[in-house]
Amino acid sequence: MQKAVAAEAGARLEGGWAEMLRDAASVAAVSIALAIPLVGFHLIDHLSTTQVEFRFGQLFYAVAVIFLGRLGLLLIGAGWARPIASFTSALSLAWLVNSAASAVPVAYPALGWFTFLLAATLAVRGWHTFYRDTAGAAAKARQAGLGAMVSRAAVHLTPFLVLVAVSVPFYAVMADDKRAVDLGILIFTYIMLGWGLNVVVGLAGLLDLGYVAFYAVGAYCYAIVSIELGLSFWESLPLAGALAATFGVLLGFPVLRLRGDYLAIVTLGFGEIIRIILLNWNELSNGPKGIGNIPRPGFFGIAFTASPPEGSIAFHEYFGLDYSPMHRQIFLYYIILVLAMVTNWFTLRIRKLPIGRAWEALREDETACRALGINPTNTKLTAFAIGAMFGGFAGAFFATRQGFISPESFNFLESAIILAIVVLGGMGSQIGVVIAAIVLIGGPEWFRDLELYRMLAFGALMVAIMIWRPQGLLAHRDPTIRLGVAGRGGTP
Amino acid sequence: MSAMLSVQGVHTFYGHIEALRGIDLEVRKGEIVALIGSNGAGKSTLLMTICGTPQAAKGRVVFDGRDITKVPTHEIMRSGIAQAPEGRRIFPRMTVLENLQMGASSAPPEHFAEDLERALAIFPILKERQGQRGGTLSGGEQQMLAIARALMSRPRLLLLDEPSLGLAPMTVRRIFQVIRDINRQGVTIFLVEQNAYHALRLAHRAYVMVTGTIGMTGTGAELLANREVRAAYLEGGVTEEVVAGGAP
Repeated sequence: MQKAVAAEAGARLEGGWAEMLRDAASVAAVSIALAIPLVGFHLIDHLSTTQVEFRFGQLFYAVAVIFLGRLGLLLIGAGWARPIASFTSALSLAWLVNSAASAVPVAYPALGWFTFLLAATLAVRGWHTFYRDTAGAAAKARQAGLGAMVSRAAVHLTPFLVLVAVSVPFYAVMADDKRAVDLGILIFTYIMLGWGLNVVVGLAGLLDLGYVAFYAVGAYCYAIVSIELGLSFWESLPLAGALAATFGVLLGFPVLRLRGDYLAIVTLGFGEIIRIILLNWNELSNGPKGIGNIPRPGFFGIAFTASPPEGSIAFHEYFGLDYSPMHRQIFLYYIILVLAMVTNWFTLRIRKLPIGRAWEALREDETACRALGINPTNTKLTAFAIGAMFGGFAGAFFATRQGFISPESFNFLESAIILAIVVLGGMGSQIGVVIAAIVLIGGPEWFRDLELYRMLAFGALMVAIMIWRPQGLLAHRDPTIRLGVAGRGGTP
Repeated sequence: MSAMLSVQGVHTFYGHIEALRGIDLEVRKGEIVALIGSNGAGKSTLLMTICGTPQAAKGRVVFDGRDITKVPTHEIMRSGIAQAPEGRRIFPRMTVLENLQMGASSAPPEHFAEDLERALAIFPILKERQGQRGGTLSGGEQQMLAIARALMSRPRLLLLDEPSLGLAPMTVRRIFQVIRDINRQGVTIFLVEQNAYHALRLAHRAYVMVTGTIGMTGTGAELLANREVRAAYLEGGVTEEVVAGGAP
C-alpha cells in the first residue's frame, strides 16, 4: 500500500517538476507585485523630513519564502506530505522556541513570524494530508467528530476551566501582573456578550448585526441612573437589563416578518440609530463628550479608594491591607466572571425548556413551527429580549469598569467582533464562544510583538478558520433530550 | 351526521391569482377523506387555508362548530388539528426524539411519555433512530417522523399533505397502511394526494379537485371505478401499480 502510494507519487512527479516550478514562479511574481509596496518601501523620519528606504533584502526574502511555500504545498499534493510536514514542523517549532527564549536575536521579527505562519500552515496541511492518505476513512470520521468530542470533554473540563478562571487573580497577585486581570476582564466581557448574542443568533437563528446597541443601552442606563439617582451598581443592574430587553422587543417588532439578509440590514441600522442618538442627544447622553465619573461598584458598600470620604472606610483599611488599585480590578474580574457564568447557566437551562426548544426549531424551519402550534411572534420576541438583556448587563458592567463611556465605544466594529465570536465558535456552541473569544480578543493582545502585522495575522486566522472549519470551530449541537433505556441502541 | 371540519365556499388568493374558487367539502368524525387532483389544482392551498396560512378571502372554515377562518395558524394547530406538511419539513439538525418533543408543544407535558410510547409503537423504526438527527433519516423515515410528530399533539383531525411524495412503492404501501391504523385508533384523517390509486383505496370518501374547484365527489370505491377518474389520474403512469399493487 505504502509502496504503491510512493510509486504513484513518483510517477506524478516525473512530468510535474516543470509544471510545479512554473506555478510557484507565477505565485512569486504576483507576490512581488504585492510585496513591493508592503515590504519593499519603508518610511523613515530623517531630520524632520520623511525619506523612503528601499528594503530589497527583505523583499527578496519574503518572495523567496512564498516561492518555497507554494512549492511545498504542491509537493504535499504530489505525495511528499511527510518530509515536507516534518521539515516545516521542525522549522516552526524552532522559531517558537527561539522567540520564547529569545536565544538568537532576529533582525526582523515580522518576517520571522511571517515565515513561521507559512511553515505552520504547511505543517498542518502536510500532516493532515499524510494521515488522510494513510488512515483514510477513520481519520475523516475522527475529524468530523471533533465537535462532539470537545463537547463531551467540555463536560469534564468545565470544573477545571472554572477553577482556572477563578484562580487568574491569584496568579496575577503572585506574579504582580496587572495585565492578566485586565485581559481576563476584557475576555470575559466578550464571552458574556458572545453568550448573550448566541441566544439570538445561535439558538433562534436571527442574524443580529446591531447587538452593540443593547450593550450601549445597558451602559448608558447604568451611567445615567447611577449619577442622577445615586443607585448602586447592584440596584442598577436589573434596570439596565430590563431597559435593554425592552429595546430588544422594540427592535423585534418591526423585524418579525424579516429573515436572513433583510433582518441583518435592519438590525445593523438599529445599532447605528442607537449610536447616533447617543451622539446627538446632548441633554441625555452628553453627546460625543461622553459621560465620565461613573460610580465604581463597592464591595458590599465599601469603596475601593485610596482616600475614602470623611466618615467612611475604604476596602484596604477594612481588611487591613495596603492600598492597591489591583483590589478593584480583581473585584471587577469576579463580577464579570459571575455575570458570565449566570448567562451560561441560564442559556444551558433554557435550551431544555419548551421556549429554548422552540428557538432552535424556529431556526430550522419557521413554517413547520407554526404548523406545530408554536407562536413565532412570541418566540422571536423572547429571543430578542433575553439576548438584549444579557447585552444590557454586560453594558452596565462595561460602564462601571471604564468609569467613562462615549458613543465611540459602541460602533459597528464591536457588533462585528461579537458576531465573529459567535460564528467562529460555532453557532449555538457555548464552549465554542469561549474559545473564539480567547482567540479573537486575547490573540491580538498576545500578538503585540507583530505590531502592525497583527491585524493581518487576525485576518489570516479568520480566513483559515473559514477554510478548514466553515461551520465554526465547534459546530456540534448536543441533543437536549435522551431516553435512558432504549435510547443508546440506535445512536451511531 | 355532523361534520368535524367543513369548508364552505372558500376562495383563496395568492396576490391576484385565485387559487381556490369556491370550495365546499366536509370531513366527518372517524372518516378518512382523500383529496386528489393533478399538480397545481390547489390541493395544498386548500390544506394550508384550513390551517390559516394563507387565510381564506371569502367563505368559512368551521372545525368542531367553531369558525377558524380568521384564527392565527398557531392557535388553529392547538385546537385539535395537526398537520404533516408537504415536503415533510422535519427539523434536520434536531434528533428524532427532539422532533417528537416539538410535536408535543401544544399538548400538556404530562402526556408526553404516554404519547411518545404510542407514536413509537406505530413507527418502531423511529424508536431505533431516536438519537439520530432528523436530516440523516431516509425519505420514508422522515415521512414517518413527520406523521409521528403530528400525532404527538393528540389531534382529533390529522391533515396529511402528499405523504407518498418521493417515496419508493414499498414505503408508500407501508405509509398508507399506517394511516389506516391511525384512523382505526380514532383519528379523523384528511389526506391530500397525487397518488390517486392508493388514496382512493384507503379513503372512505374522496373529492377530486380541478383548477381550484371540486370536480367530483363520492366514496373511494366509486371514484376508483369512475371512467373519467381512471382516465385522468390512474391510467398511464400508475397502471403497473394497479396490477402489482395487491392489498395495501
